Amino acid sequence: MTTILLIIFAITLLYFSIANRLMTYLSILTLQGVLLFGVALLELREMSAVNFAFILLETVIVKAIAVPLFIRHVIKKNKIRREAEPFVPYFISLVVTTLIIVVAFVLSTMVDAPNINRTYFVVAISSVFSGLFFIVSRKKIITHVICYALIENGVFILSLAVGNEMPLLVNLGVLLDVFISIFLLGIFINKIGNVINDGSVAELSSIKD
Amino acid sequence: MIVTYLIISILSALLLFVNKSRVLNGAFVALFMLVQCTLTVYEFTQRGSYDAVYFKADSLALLMLAVLTVVAIPALLHKFNYVEPEAETPRSRGIYYGAMVLLVMALSAACLSSHIAVTWIFVEITTLSASALVFHRRNVGAIEATWKYIFVCSISLVFVFIGILLLSISLGNAGQAQLQYDSLMQAAANLDPFWIKIAFVFIFTGYTAKFGLMPMYTAGIDAKDKAPAPAAALFSSVLMNVGFVGIFRFYQIVARTSVKPWADTIIMVAAVLSILISTVYLIKVKNIKRMLAYSSVEHMGVVALGLAAGGIGCFAAILHLVLHTFAKSALFFHTGHIYKYFKSKNIYSIGNYFRYNRAGAVFMLLAFVCIAAMPPFGLFVSELLTFKALIASHHILVLVVTLVLLTTIIWALGRNVLKMLFVDSENVHVQQSVRHNVAEMTMQYLLLALTVWLGLCPPQWFVDLIEEAVQLITF
Repeated sequence: MTTILLIIFAITLLYFSIANRLMTYLSILTLQGVLLFGVALLELREMSAVNFAFILLETVIVKAIAVPLFIRHVIKKNKIRREAEPFVPYFISLVVTTLIIVVAFVLSTMVDAPNINRTYFVVAISSVFSGLFFIVSRKKIITHVICYALIENGVFILSLAVGNEMPLLVNLGVLLDVFISIFLLGIFINKIGNVINDGSVAELSSIKD
Repeated sequence: MIVTYLIISILSALLLFVNKSRVLNGAFVALFMLVQCTLTVYEFTQRGSYDAVYFKADSLALLMLAVLTVVAIPALLHKFNYVEPEAETPRSRGIYYGAMVLLVMALSAACLSSHIAVTWIFVEITTLSASALVFHRRNVGAIEATWKYIFVCSISLVFVFIGILLLSISLGNAGQAQLQYDSLMQAAANLDPFWIKIAFVFIFTGYTAKFGLMPMYTAGIDAKDKAPAPAAALFSSVLMNVGFVGIFRFYQIVARTSVKPWADTIIMVAAVLSILISTVYLIKVKNIKRMLAYSSVEHMGVVALGLAAGGIGCFAAILHLVLHTFAKSALFFHTGHIYKYFKSKNIYSIGNYFRYNRAGAVFMLLAFVCIAAMPPFGLFVSELLTFKALIASHHILVLVVTLVLLTTIIWALGRNVLKMLFVDSENVHVQQSVRHNVAEMTMQYLLLALTVWLGLCPPQWFVDLIEEAVQLITF
């Protein structure tokens, strides 16, 4: 069952590479949040009420609802155009994402790790690296924030792959990370929106030597 | 004690954010400085013991904490509004001091932490508070620098977190207690070298955003340029030290495995590339704060070289880090004074500084000699020891390349600094009615004097602390 959820997660990455509207990106984030909740629920069977509440908060409430809503608000408020506007054609994005998944797959078969589930490892690594690829290949600043959330999702899967429930402390740290980054970055887009109209990375290159 | 310290610091930061009175602001900052000093003294008395499970006052932590306190107090005492004192509002003042207090608190806790995830969390908090400081001026440049800083640092810290996760994979099962540095060092010999290698790459890459090495050094440069001078002084000194602490702590584990020679190679490549890049940029850079920021990249490269060379190099690396902290923070403090005279950070708009501010110009000259690592300043000693270590470990080619690059850097720095001090320029528009701040000037001279003292005739306890820290990796 978890394998199916993880495979769906990998498919969302492929869909992400060819989606051309920002709102589609947000729907993908929501779907991924729900998938993560499912995986976490199945993976950590015997968990305490506190841990359950925490996972629920982290996946469904933050990753699936709060972050997409917040980014949607930022997009509306700054009147950002709804297309993703990548630097490379969608077809190439798709090929690169597929390649990343394939390479992650090959890597995982080469690695000798008795205490890790390979599927988790493949999906986590491909999510992190496709996130990085999307960051460098998309023009809008807001897509960078969305891709950052994508990378965070990958890291979350990796933390599940490690098995054993992560210490609460580390979980708190991750939540803090998501909070700081996404919300701070979002707030900054508002500030940038006040000065720079288009919200394109090309406008953020005045500081240099 | 550390818990009390964290609570008082967070409370005073919050109160600084909300209240509007200048007197109360001063009182909270004074309270924080008192608590910071108390913590430092207390941890020295508790040497080697754990505090609140996740913190341990070992030699490296104590050294970094002491250095941090010595630099943080002048940073809090320096005026931040040297550009437009009239533009200061209660709100901007509150945010500035609140963020400074949070930054110093997070740095102290990150130094003292004895758990790999706790270090990571506090380094994350430094990103938050530092970005508030970079954004201080609220203009287009500040927005751009802050955006880049948050983004690059967040991605880098995600890398560090992935590294920590990979490390716990190699542990088999990641219990909370097993991620303490002490138990990791004990378990090191049994860890799978493959996972240690991957974890090292991720953690090293991530922490270079704070440490200021290749490949993630970029964000720090913009941040140091756009932040107010006292904040930039912290970024360019103690914040880099915390990046070093993060790498050093993991290196402690790596040093106990068969991966060490491989890790040394990685560090050395990153170090030489960093020195190369800083040389290239120092030749063309025209902004005085960016010039100093690139010079920091060079010095961190030297520190990393020492660490990778091993032997006496490890001692030299820590000594160099400490001395660089004092020298570079003093220089950054002084850029505030220069800005007050010339209203510009561009080297072409600064000239004949000797005529306008003699004490400041003499300071700049001495500080230039200091960061060029010439005697009598201590950086000379530490660089010499690093070169010795490179010869001892048969890295002659690395040594030759480094020496050529460092010589070029001295020329590039000297050209710019001497031009600012002695050459008159047509673009210079000097503010006539500037008053020196004698107290701030004295603090800057004192920091420079520290580098002479600690380099030429270091007290025994200081040498002992460094040697004990070196034993963590050479055992």
